[in-house]
Amino acid sequence: MAESVTSKNLALAKAINESLRRALEADPKVLIMGEDVGKLGGVFRVTDGLQKDFGESRVIDTPLAESGIVGTAIGLALRGYRPVVEIQFDGFVFPAYDQIVTQLAKMHARSLGKVKLPVVVRIPYGGGIGAVEHHSESPEALFAHVSGLKIVSPSNASDAYWMMQQAIQSDDPVIFFEPKRRYWDKGEVNTEAIPGPLHRAQVVREGTDLTLVAYGPMVKLCQEVAAAAAEEGKNLEVLDLRSVSPLDFDSIQASVEKTRRLVVVHEAPVFFGSGAEIAARITERCFYHLEAPVLRVGGYHAPYPPARLEEEYLPGLDRVLDAVDRALAY
Amino acid sequence: MTVESTAARKPRRSAGSKAGTTGAERTTRTTARKAAEPELVQLLTPEGKRVKNAKNAEYAKYVAGVTPEELRGLYRDMVLTRRFDAEATALQRQGELGLWASLLGQEAAQIGSGRALRDDDYVFPTYREHGVAWCRGVDPTNLLGMFRGVNNGGWDPNGNNFHLYTIVIGSQTLHATGYAMGVAKDGADSAVIAYFGDGASSQGDVAESFTFSAVYNAPVVFFCQNNQWAISEPTEKQTRVPLYQRAQGYGFPGVRVDGNDVLACLAVTRWALDRARDGAGPTLVEAYTYRMGAHTTSDDPTKYRADEEREAWEAKDPILRLRRYLEASNHTDEGFFAELEAESEALGRRVREAVRAMPDPDRFAIFENVYADGHALVDEERAQFAAYQASFATESDSGFAAGSGGN
Ligand SMILES: Cc1ncc(C[n+]2csc(CCOP(=O)(O)OP(=O)(O)O)c2C)c(N)n1
Repeated sequence: MAESVTSKNLALAKAINESLRRALEADPKVLIMGEDVGKLGGVFRVTDGLQKDFGESRVIDTPLAESGIVGTAIGLALRGYRPVVEIQFDGFVFPAYDQIVTQLAKMHARSLGKVKLPVVVRIPYGGGIGAVEHHSESPEALFAHVSGLKIVSPSNASDAYWMMQQAIQSDDPVIFFEPKRRYWDKGEVNTEAIPGPLHRAQVVREGTDLTLVAYGPMVKLCQEVAAAAAEEGKNLEVLDLRSVSPLDFDSIQASVEKTRRLVVVHEAPVFFGSGAEIAARITERCFYHLEAPVLRVGGYHAPYPPARLEEEYLPGLDRVLDAVDRALAY
Repeated sequence: MTVESTAARKPRRSAGSKAGTTGAERTTRTTARKAAEPELVQLLTPEGKRVKNAKNAEYAKYVAGVTPEELRGLYRDMVLTRRFDAEATALQRQGELGLWASLLGQEAAQIGSGRALRDDDYVFPTYREHGVAWCRGVDPTNLLGMFRGVNNGGWDPNGNNFHLYTIVIGSQTLHATGYAMGVAKDGADSAVIAYFGDGASSQGDVAESFTFSAVYNAPVVFFCQNNQWAISEPTEKQTRVPLYQRAQGYGFPGVRVDGNDVLACLAVTRWALDRARDGAGPTLVEAYTYRMGAHTTSDDPTKYRADEEREAWEAKDPILRLRRYLEASNHTDEGFFAELEAESEALGRRVREAVRAMPDPDRFAIFENVYADGHALVDEERAQFAAYQASFATESDSGFAAGSGGN
C-alpha cells in the first residue's frame, strides 16, 4: 500500500502518546494521572504535551503516593471517569499493590457486576537500560495471579497504539506493561487500521521447527534469535503473546501442534513465572504433540542485579539459542 | 510551643465555585500558589550575620558554645561534600556512573543535621544524603557503587550506623520508626533520624510512620528536606499547609528551619535529638532548602522551572553564607581557604581514581546473599549458570566460539 496519511513511523513511546491523545480527544471522561505526567510529560515523555493541550484537570500531576493514585482512580472510575494512571517505574507499583489487588481487581465481582472499573495502570517495566534498583523489574506474574485484572504488554509501536485504545475502552481494569527498553524503537502505526482483539497472540514469524513464545521486550529478542537460528538452518516460529492475562492458549497450542517444540522467554524470574503457567497448560493440551519438554528462559531466583550484571541476568541471544538447541536435541 | 501558628489559610470559596450545575468542573485553585515563606528558624542570614530573636532563642542555646574550630569544621564538611558531589556529577557525564542524584544546595541541611548526631545514633537516609554519609564517616567512594551499577548498596549499615540508601520513596521512615521503637525498648538513650523529601511526605508510609512514632513515643527525628521540588512537581502538589505543621495533627512538634543555614540546622536537630533522648518522642524538622541542580542526571529541570528561581536561591547559598560569617568574625585566614581548596582537589582526585578503578562485580555475585540460610533453587540455578558459562570456555578453547558472544 502506498504511504498513507494515516500511517506514521513512530517510536513506541510516541505511539502511546498519540494513542492517549486520541483517547483524551474522543472521550471527555478519559483522564491521565500520575507523578510528573504534566509539564515534564513523564520521566519517559510518554505524556509529553498532553497537559498543555488538555489542561490540568484532564492531565493531572498527582502527589507522590501510588496508593493514592490508584485509590483515587478507583473513586473517579466509580464516578464515571476512565482514568489512565502512570506508575513511574515497575518497582514503585508496590505501594499501590494493595489498592490494585484488594480493591481494583475485586470490586466488579463484589458488586455482583454492578460496578465497572475502567482503570488503566500503565507501568514502564523491564530491564536493559542500565538503571538503579527498582527500575528494571518485571512483576507481571504478581498481577496475573490475581483474578479480575487484565494484563497486557505490547512489543511494538503499532500494538502499543492500538492496545492502549482497547485498554482504555475496556470496562475492566487493565495493567498495561510498557517495555521501557523498546520505548525508542520505531515502527509503522496505521491509525485507521482495525486492530485484532486485545488478547489475541500474533505469529510474528512463521516457522516449523520450534515455537518461541514471548511478550513485550522479549519479542524483539526472539525475532533476533529466530534470524540467528535461520542461519544455522533452523526454522523457528515466534509468537508474540501481547496479553499475559487472559493468555491466548489456543494460538500457542496451534503453533505447538505444528512445531512440536516450545521455548518460553520472559525477563521475569522463571520460578512461578508466566512461563510456568504456559508450560503446564501446553503440556496438558499438547502432550502427544510435544517432542521435548517446554523450556523456559528468564530471570533467576535472585534480586534484579546491579546494572553491570544485568546482561548476565537477562535472557540474551545466546541463552535463548542454547535453550533452542536443548529443545531440538530431544 | 514549637508548632507555629500561621496566618489564616482558610480556603476562600470563590464566587464561581457553585458552577457544578453547568456541568463544568468546579472551580478549584489548582494553580500553585507559592505560600509565603513562613518564618524560619534562622541563626545566620544569607549575608552571614548572626540572628538573635525570641523565636530562635530556644534553639540558639544548642549552639551557644560552638567554637571557631567547629565552625571551620562545618565549613570544611560543606565544601568537601560539594566537591565530592561535583566530581560525581562529572563522572556521570564521563560515563563512569550510570546516574547521580546531586545534593547541590542542600549541604547545610545535611551537614548541620549530620553533625548534630552522636556516633550511637542511627541514620536512615534516602538516596541523596551524601553529606550526612560524610558526617557518619562513610567513605564517599562507597556511595558511588550503586550509581555506577556495581552493587545495590555498598557499605555495611552497622559500620557507621548509616543505613543503606532507600530508593522507594518514604519506605525508610517506617524502618527508622521501628528501629527507634527498638531503641526505646532497649532502654538506650540514642536517637534515630530519618531523612526524606517533600515529595515523599505524600507517601502513605510516611503518614504511617508519623502515626506509629507518636503512638509508641519513638525516639525518632523526621528530617524532611523540602528542596521545593519532587522531580517536576513543586511542593504545592504535595501539600496545602507548610509541611512542618503536619506534625501537630499526629501529636508531636514540627519546626521549620532555614535549611541553608548550617548553624540553625545544627541547633534545631540537636534540640530534636535531645527531645528524643529525653523520652519526649518524635519531632518533625522541615529544612526549607533548594535543590540547585537537576533531580538526577537524567532529569531536565528546564522543562518545568524557571532560571530566576535558582538564581534567587543561589543568593542564599549555604556555603557562601558561612564563609561570610567566618570572615567577618575573623575566624579564618587565607591559609585556611587555600588548604581547603587543596584538600578538595585531592578528594576529587581520589574519588575519580577510585571510581575508575572500581571493578565490575563477579558474575556469580547475582547468586550471592539471596538468602541467609541458602536455598536449593538458588544453588541449582547457580550451577546451571556455571555450566552455561563453562560451555563458552570449552567452545572457544577448541576454536568453536566464533560469533556466539562467549565474552
Ligand atoms: C514509591 C516511589 N515512587 C516514585 C519514585 C520515583 N521518584 C524518585 S525520586 C522522586 C521525587 C522525590 O521527591 P522528594 O521526595 O521531594 O525528594 P527529592 O528527590 O527532591 O530529594 C520520584 C517521584 C520512587 N523512587 N519511589
